[in-house]
Amino acid sequence: MSFLLKHRELALSLIIAIMVTGISIYAPAFATFENAASVLNDTSILCMLALGQMMVILTRGIDLSVASNLALSGMLSASLAQNYPDLPVIAFIAVAIATGLVLGLINGSLVAWLGIPPIVVTLGTLAIFRGMIVVYGGGNQVNASEMGDVFQSFPKVTFFGLSTIFWIMAVVAIAAWLFLSMTRVGRGLYAVGGNPVAARYCGIDLAPQQLLVYSVAGSISGLCGYLWVSRYGVAYSEIASGFELTVIAACVIGGVSIAGGVGTVAGALLGALFLGVIVNALPVMQITPFWQMAISGIVILAAVVVNARAEKRGVKLILPEARLAAGAAK
Amino acid sequence: MSLAPRQDVADAAPKSIADRLLRWESILVVLLIAVIVGNTAISPYFLDIYNLSDATYNFSEKAIVALAMALLILVREIDLSVAAIIALASLAIGLAAQAGAGLPVLLLIGPLVGAACGAFNGFLVTRIALPSIVVTIGTMSLFRGLAQVVLGDQAITQYPKNLTAIGQSYLIKWPPLPYSFVIFLALAVIFAVVLHKTALGRKLYAIGNNPVAARFSGIPVDRIRFMLFVLTGLLAGLAAVLLTARIGSTRPNIALGWELEIITAVILGGVSIAGGSGTIPGVVLAVFILGLATFGLSLVNVPGIVISVLLGLLLIVSIALPIVVRRLMQKRPAG
Repeated sequence: MSFLLKHRELALSLIIAIMVTGISIYAPAFATFENAASVLNDTSILCMLALGQMMVILTRGIDLSVASNLALSGMLSASLAQNYPDLPVIAFIAVAIATGLVLGLINGSLVAWLGIPPIVVTLGTLAIFRGMIVVYGGGNQVNASEMGDVFQSFPKVTFFGLSTIFWIMAVVAIAAWLFLSMTRVGRGLYAVGGNPVAARYCGIDLAPQQLLVYSVAGSISGLCGYLWVSRYGVAYSEIASGFELTVIAACVIGGVSIAGGVGTVAGALLGALFLGVIVNALPVMQITPFWQMAISGIVILAAVVVNARAEKRGVKLILPEARLAAGAAK
Repeated sequence: MSLAPRQDVADAAPKSIADRLLRWESILVVLLIAVIVGNTAISPYFLDIYNLSDATYNFSEKAIVALAMALLILVREIDLSVAAIIALASLAIGLAAQAGAGLPVLLLIGPLVGAACGAFNGFLVTRIALPSIVVTIGTMSLFRGLAQVVLGDQAITQYPKNLTAIGQSYLIKWPPLPYSFVIFLALAVIFAVVLHKTALGRKLYAIGNNPVAARFSGIPVDRIRFMLFVLTGLLAGLAAVLLTARIGSTRPNIALGWELEIITAVILGGVSIAGGSGTIPGVVLAVFILGLATFGLSLVNVPGIVISVLLGLLLIVSIALPIVVRRLMQKRPAG
């Protein structure tokens, strides 16, 4: 048991495996390749957003504006497709990513240069970005029929039975893993989150790190904005409303510590997959979708309790006073 | 003891006029005046006593919760589940009304359910030592999820007349003051006195500035934190009573997204998200600024989502501007 608690990713994989087996025994339709593929395709956007969010949380930050960023980037990309439906798909993707990057840079600048707490900045931009959709589009929505074929067909192309959304997610995940584990800057994120003062003494500057993570999270949100809109075939001001909390929940379930400095790519992906399996299993289990929210709430709480227990084991207790101090500091 | 060398610890220097003028509350007063003048200029209907009193309906419930949220943020905690607590408490009121309960039960059950939800949050934060932001993201899903499970896609709309009267009529006929606004004003006075004039209030600042030092000075940090979560839940439950009485229905999406509006008001009010600083008058001013700005803009038919852009900008600019100004003022003598 303590082995599993220490290897959180393994424990989470095991829980997901048990869950999938259980659901499959109850409803054999769940165990087909088609269904597994559709779960993966459905969850890929959440996976990518969770990776971006994880990098922000690693530096002790938080980005509440990801879903609003997604909606605005998706809207701009869709409106480009509405006006120029024959552009190559890369143009639509580039516009979405560029929009996301600019929005991420706005967050990053306010956090890094003005030193405003991330939760305050992104609480404000959460409202601003989503509202800009209406300011820009006058409250109109872009429907599937107006987007053109090039824009919409891209995410429906499949390789080995899995859609391009999944493969893009795989590329993003591998890039994130290489960046976080193999590069100096990536390791620096853990240092900054683990102990900002020590990191500063090691010559790691916090401000560029913050600018970087909010830009990365923003770019990923932009990319997901294109994918979301092209997959679901509609762009308007309410898409992905409230999704930022699902993204943070995926991180928390995956063992990313909100206190910074702790989190892995595999953890964030598994956390997102866990939520994805639950969402897709409910209709198969003939449970009304109204249960979805309550169940994910219970899962989040269970995950943080388990994670807190696992983290406590790692701390060496030197003085009884230290425990008191640690308890009070939290 | 008396032989020890005298330590020269000077008292704080008397506050200069510039310091007083640059206080956050002074900036908020200027903002509030700007909002009132601006609204009067764009709409002739703004400065109507009945219109203004109706405007208070739209922010008094949030304002009540903001008072408790201010204390929570002051001690470095946060509660994102307040809107979900309102939903669950409103459901409880609805179920009680369906069961034929009388007015006293309907008035009590909301705050009771809210306090229970707050106690659950407080238990997880203080006993299991979890970060409050994560706990309340979880309970936000759980509380609203439970309301959704019970309600499905239905709504409870059968409420007795004596309950809806509380939400839809004036407590005082002239000047016309709704129940919710009077309750908010009364609570604001109590909160201001407790926070700024009592030992308990000083303890909250101590916890917010340094919880470890506060614990070592004998302040029951965790007990106070727990009570603040219960208080926040209780006031969210009270807000649920007023809201349910006002709109006369309970739907799963009741008060959706209010947690962000409430936290925005608290932060705009000058309560530091890092804990340890902030005042009740500041929060009250921020509530009025946000409430009246929203009301004035909707009078001239600005869509709600565009208003939210302006309020988001207001939040960021009002926090960023003093920082920029301070930096420019610091640079000038050096350069």
